Amino acid sequence: MNNRKKKSFGTKVIFYGVLTLVSLIMIVPFLWMINTSFKDSTKIFTFQWIPDPFRWQNYLDVLEKTPFHLFYFNSIYIAILVTIGTIFFGSLAGYAFAKLSFRGSSILFLCLLSTMMIPVEVITIPLFLLMRDLGLVNTHIPLIGIPILGPAGVFGVFVMRQFFLLVPKELEEAAKLDGCSYFRIYWSIMLPLAKPAIATLTIFTFLTSWNEFYEPLIYINSKELMTLPLALALFTDEVGTKWELLMSASVMATVPLLIVFFFAQKQFIEGVSMTGGK
Amino acid sequence: MEANLKTPAHLSLEKKRRRKKFIGSEAFYGYLFVSPMVLGFLIVMLGPLLYSFYMSLTDWQLLGDPNFIGLENYRRLTADPEFGAVLKNTLIFSVGLVPVNIIMALMLALLLHRNLPGMGIFRTAIFIPVMTSIVVWSIIWKYMFATDEGFINQILQVFSIEGPAWLYDPKLAMAAVIVVSAMKNVGLNMVLFLAALQQVPRTLYEASFLDGANKSKQFWYVTLPMITPTVFLTLILTVIGSMKVFGQIYVMTGGGPGNHTKVLVYYIWETAFKLFDFGYASAIAIILFLIILVFTIAQWVLRKRWVFHEQ
Repeated sequence: MNNRKKKSFGTKVIFYGVLTLVSLIMIVPFLWMINTSFKDSTKIFTFQWIPDPFRWQNYLDVLEKTPFHLFYFNSIYIAILVTIGTIFFGSLAGYAFAKLSFRGSSILFLCLLSTMMIPVEVITIPLFLLMRDLGLVNTHIPLIGIPILGPAGVFGVFVMRQFFLLVPKELEEAAKLDGCSYFRIYWSIMLPLAKPAIATLTIFTFLTSWNEFYEPLIYINSKELMTLPLALALFTDEVGTKWELLMSASVMATVPLLIVFFFAQKQFIEGVSMTGGK
Repeated sequence: MEANLKTPAHLSLEKKRRRKKFIGSEAFYGYLFVSPMVLGFLIVMLGPLLYSFYMSLTDWQLLGDPNFIGLENYRRLTADPEFGAVLKNTLIFSVGLVPVNIIMALMLALLLHRNLPGMGIFRTAIFIPVMTSIVVWSIIWKYMFATDEGFINQILQVFSIEGPAWLYDPKLAMAAVIVVSAMKNVGLNMVLFLAALQQVPRTLYEASFLDGANKSKQFWYVTLPMITPTVFLTLILTVIGSMKVFGQIYVMTGGGPGNHTKVLVYYIWETAFKLFDFGYASAIAIILFLIILVFTIAQWVLRKRWVFHEQ
């Protein structure tokens, strides 16, 4: 008995040790980012856990030297529109595929599903030329429209359909007897029921849009139109890597996300499990 | 008399009536509700994909008109040493990343799959890089890997080891990018494994325990067979993801030193949007599409087997 207890204590130490080590490896880079964001430019490569001198000024410098408020605004409003669009069109189509019968619905659904295997990277060139001919290069429209209508949007349709399939038929039938239109059923019955699925999809879509890099890189040239990841990536070359400023900017781009994640962890992790289940 | 009834006027009336019946019907709303996504599918996905095929058969440059040149771009690819290097680099990236990522994710999931205090904190810590922008993650690591006085080399100095010039060393740059990428996404697969582990019925463990199976036997004969569908899924998803690696290469190495970390998507981007050789870039994109198609089909074909196996 005693022996067994000892053994389990030993395994626990190893167990917690390994997990602590791995977690540290994941977290230390972020701590080092925050640390560097407060360093003086002459001390960038001096190994200090607490910067000395401690410069808040770096953050103000970033805000003064770059249109950082615009990067923020662009990232936020694009992510919001992409999310609203994905939820709306995804749930509308998901409802139709799950609950309405019309000829060819399963074939259409299969066609949509099959697009999830077309990587956006493969079709960027024709999409770019299309956007160029429509005069939409260097606008935010491709950054909003392509995700909503592309594979990310199809993922939304899939998630919502799976959810609506579970809704019992009686609910709609009662509404139909009361004379509800199909849009009314969708809007007043289905959408409110789908809150958990919508919450998951919201967080998932918002984060994907917020972090998107390839599309802004291709479609955006003007500084004022850049999103945060693009601005950060191009920042490196432009300023000849002022690490302290780059890190302040990175902190500002990451912290809001970490706060959102802190409150919505469960939904996001569920969202990932759902992606995997497709 | 009967025939007289079917005058053109009557016919169109009937058509109208039928149309009226269709408008407002269940099918009408069905089509209406799916139409935005179906249009999107045609305009944003299928159209561009077909157009990509066509473009890959032309010599389209930025300002010129496309000339049809048949398979010339593909012939050029086979003779392009840079493309050979790019393919090789992409393969090295995948072969390096995939096993590390899957094995680490599975081990972490096994460790975290128990009800002990603190599990939530560990899970969060490992998951944070997943939701961070790849640009931010890569910027931090570029700084951590800095030559001479970067974080990593300062740590090595404590042990009196002269740190190398990580990202500027042809032998080490790719390895550094692989490690950084594996850490970024290990939490993603870990979460998928955690979800799978929760599905394994507890009774199986109890039964095998009564049969005298120890922990490692339980893992090989109970856990692993039960989660093979997820293992396979993460495997395919990670392979496909690794074929599309771009952000970390763009930020950390820019394809260098030399061509040592230049991968497929980077080469497509460079050829199309820096050199404006759209036709040639399209041919490379088609190759990428075919590679990913093979893995996707493999997933579907083999998945049935795994699912069957599971039952």
